[in-house]
Amino acid sequence: MESKSTLTMRLGLAIIALLGTMAAVSLLYVPYDVNEMNIAGRLQSPGALHWFGTDNFGRDIFSRVMEASKTAFLVGAVAVTIGLVAGFIIGATAGYLGGWTDEVLMRMIDALLAFPGILLALILVTVFEPNLFQTMIAIGVLSVPNFARVIRSGFFQYKEAEFVVAARGLGASHATVILRHVMPHIVSPIIVAASLSFSTAILVEAALSYLGLGVQPPDPSWGRMLSESQSYIGKAPWFALAPGVFIALTVLGFNLLGDGLRDLRDKKT
Amino acid sequence: MYWARKSFTLLLTLAFVLLLTFFAFRIIPGNPASAILGMEASQEQISELEQKLGIEGPLHLQFFRWAGGVIQLDFGHSIRFSEPVLSLIASRLPVTLSLAAMSLAITLLVALPLGIAAARARGRFADLFISLTSQLGLAIPSFWMGIVLILVFGLTLKWFTVSTFVPWSENAWLALKSLTLPAIALAVPQIAIVVRYLRTTMLEQMNEDYVRTAKSKGLSNANVYYKHVLRNALIPVVTVVGINFGEILAGSLVIEGVFTLPGMGRLLMTAIGNRDYPLVQGMVLLIAFTVIIINFVVDLSYRWLDPKIRLK
Repeated sequence: MESKSTLTMRLGLAIIALLGTMAAVSLLYVPYDVNEMNIAGRLQSPGALHWFGTDNFGRDIFSRVMEASKTAFLVGAVAVTIGLVAGFIIGATAGYLGGWTDEVLMRMIDALLAFPGILLALILVTVFEPNLFQTMIAIGVLSVPNFARVIRSGFFQYKEAEFVVAARGLGASHATVILRHVMPHIVSPIIVAASLSFSTAILVEAALSYLGLGVQPPDPSWGRMLSESQSYIGKAPWFALAPGVFIALTVLGFNLLGDGLRDLRDKKT
Repeated sequence: MYWARKSFTLLLTLAFVLLLTFFAFRIIPGNPASAILGMEASQEQISELEQKLGIEGPLHLQFFRWAGGVIQLDFGHSIRFSEPVLSLIASRLPVTLSLAAMSLAITLLVALPLGIAAARARGRFADLFISLTSQLGLAIPSFWMGIVLILVFGLTLKWFTVSTFVPWSENAWLALKSLTLPAIALAVPQIAIVVRYLRTTMLEQMNEDYVRTAKSKGLSNANVYYKHVLRNALIPVVTVVGINFGEILAGSLVIEGVFTLPGMGRLLMTAIGNRDYPLVQGMVLLIAFTVIIINFVVDLSYRWLDPKIRLK
């Protein structure tokens, strides 16, 4: 069974590497200008010139999908970082101090969890204007509870451990204990949480942009491409296919990576 | 003691949700009334709307006035529709609730047999196939699934008419038909979650002593699986289904857009588009409260279902 988890993890990594490379290449090169319209060549089916066909303005779908992968990875990375930093502060405080602080902080996290994923993001984009930056913050906020819980339970588990008591006894400060002694033990659950949060971030960004409340033009987004494609679904099904496949692939990659890592860790303990 | 603690936790969480929902709509840069009315508005118009929105006076008084209303089920008035928020929501609720209920039913109908099959075929081809398919199910965004379903079953095979919702009161069969595709789209990721979870809990149960005992006293495999293992494995699954009801509810907000269903999701989008803050606030609060209360009930049912926890 060991090989199965390794395989899952490697498959996930391979998918992420492939899509990550595509996103990186799109920074330097895309086959066509993503905003170049060509009314005569609209809704062309996939072929040698346009691998994924063209959209309702005659824009090259492959180039647009490439550009949008950059947006997806950017949103994912920034959102996960926000979630991790805020989740660490809350989770570490609650887990290390325990007692009333823990009770209050965790009820706040519960309250945050009561808003199903996309709803929380919707509130934030209603309050502010929807754009790339707000989308990243909104998705970051909704990944906080996950990190906070994982980190808190890690601290709970290790704060009474002999090596922690020993380090405190030898006069190490709270900061040293947290960073040097507790953290190394909870890095792997954090990586698992980060991987799974990344895939959630991709899905929420796609849904928000599909609703027109996420990434705004001219920033390309898979979700918005899908909403644009819907009116042409009968005439040009490929238009709706490419962005959807890329969302699913990216999410699949991060889920496989997270699952594989978790299974490997569970076996060790 | 258990009850007191549980109820206290519930109340504290509800209070935080109330605070969060209130203040989320107060961090709006500038004055919400002038944000709604635009640059041209006169001072009188602004103060009139401020009063309507309940945003005049000190912040803490505003909060207590609003929270007091909520406790008496008064969520304020919609700006756009000049109707009480609650009656607007009530008029849209049947569509969203029936969509959520249908997709929950589909989830259970499909996921339970698949989860059991995967656990029983552990390590064999069927297990691998179900595991892979559920990974895909988790990765596919439900709104894209909806678009694909429209393409395949609506436009190509013409089994369903899309984008025409018929109310239950008019024709129950057509209403059921118009909700089927969106309910399936919504159910796919949920099926994947439940299958994976049920498979794990069943495999855990199979290692228990009672399974060996049951087998050694000569019970058939099917008997052991369905009478003993499944009953124990289902208990944690109840929690997952409860927790995911919120996700189904949130997912239906998006799916209603794909299938142009006149439910809460459409109402929420209209409200957001019009910056109808009382309406958005009311809907968000109601959904969050529903999620918390469902989780609370699930938590209690867990104790009721599992005598081991009850007796501790």
